[in-house]
Amino acid sequence: MTFRVLVRVMPRAGLLDPEGQAVERALTELGFSEAAAVRMGRAVELSIEAESAADAERRAHAMCERLLANPVTEDFLVEVVTS
Amino acid sequence: MTRAAVIRFPGSNCETETGRALEAAGIATTFVWHREADIRGVDLVVLPGGFSYGDYLRSGAIARFSPVMEAVRQHAAGGGAVFGICNGFQILCETGLLPGALMRNAGLTFVSRPIRVRVERTTTPFTSAYEEGAELVLPVAHGEGRFEASEEVRRQLEAEHCVVLRYVPGDNPNGSTADIAGISNAAGNIVGIMPHPERVAEAALGSSDGAGFFRSVASWTRVLKGVA
Repeated sequence: MTFRVLVRVMPRAGLLDPEGQAVERALTELGFSEAAAVRMGRAVELSIEAESAADAERRAHAMCERLLANPVTEDFLVEVVTS
Repeated sequence: MTRAAVIRFPGSNCETETGRALEAAGIATTFVWHREADIRGVDLVVLPGGFSYGDYLRSGAIARFSPVMEAVRQHAAGGGAVFGICNGFQILCETGLLPGALMRNAGLTFVSRPIRVRVERTTTPFTSAYEEGAELVLPVAHGEGRFEASEEVRRQLEAEHCVVLRYVPGDNPNGSTADIAGISNAAGNIVGIMPHPERVAEAALGSSDGAGFFRSVASWTRVLKGVA
């Protein structure tokens, strides 16, 4: 079966995120002063051929650990969105 | 004669001047394309600056899977000298040959200017020609040079004297942890730095502050080979 998987990679909490800060400042400039604690990360969508949703999730997890996320500075979240 | 391999990745752009700086120090240099699996028994490997794979995903993240990196790993494991400059440093961290990671500059701008650094470790193949504490002016040119590592790794780096270069306090261009501009592994044979010594390696370039990195490794391999 083919599963559509969404991976979210975010800078680890507590680490400086200058990109998020810059976007937050720009939002404030535009009048969205209610926007706070902006963090910028990366989203990856992919299709995975697997036996089950759990299996697809395990494979995506392995991909994050090997390539999609940097274990030193980033955390990730894997979500199987459709099958 | 000392022989060096300068690795070319798609997007490398500092390899020619790096080769010139090595040659000026009396080191015969060959350029090795990243798809090659053989580094031809050279004495040292240099990963040059640039934007390998367009910096896609993260700087250095994709270059680490190039076939040549397995040969570089084996060379390093046997105690061979490996030098990563700028993008080369990012690749070494992504590969796990050096600890930590290089993140987006704190100021969010690409920084391209001469900065002052202090040589903190001289017991590496690339810094032995300098005096400990020597202050150099070297150019930096990067958008992702902020060194980050876990508290434990940072403590270990300091305890094992693995910080090779530090920005002079007040001249830290990217918010790097503990003003770190370059590190080594514990043995010292693997060194990665953000500044570009090859850009100031001869007087005609305005300064030869960076020439010592290349002179160091020339004499280091002469000693290893027992050649006077």
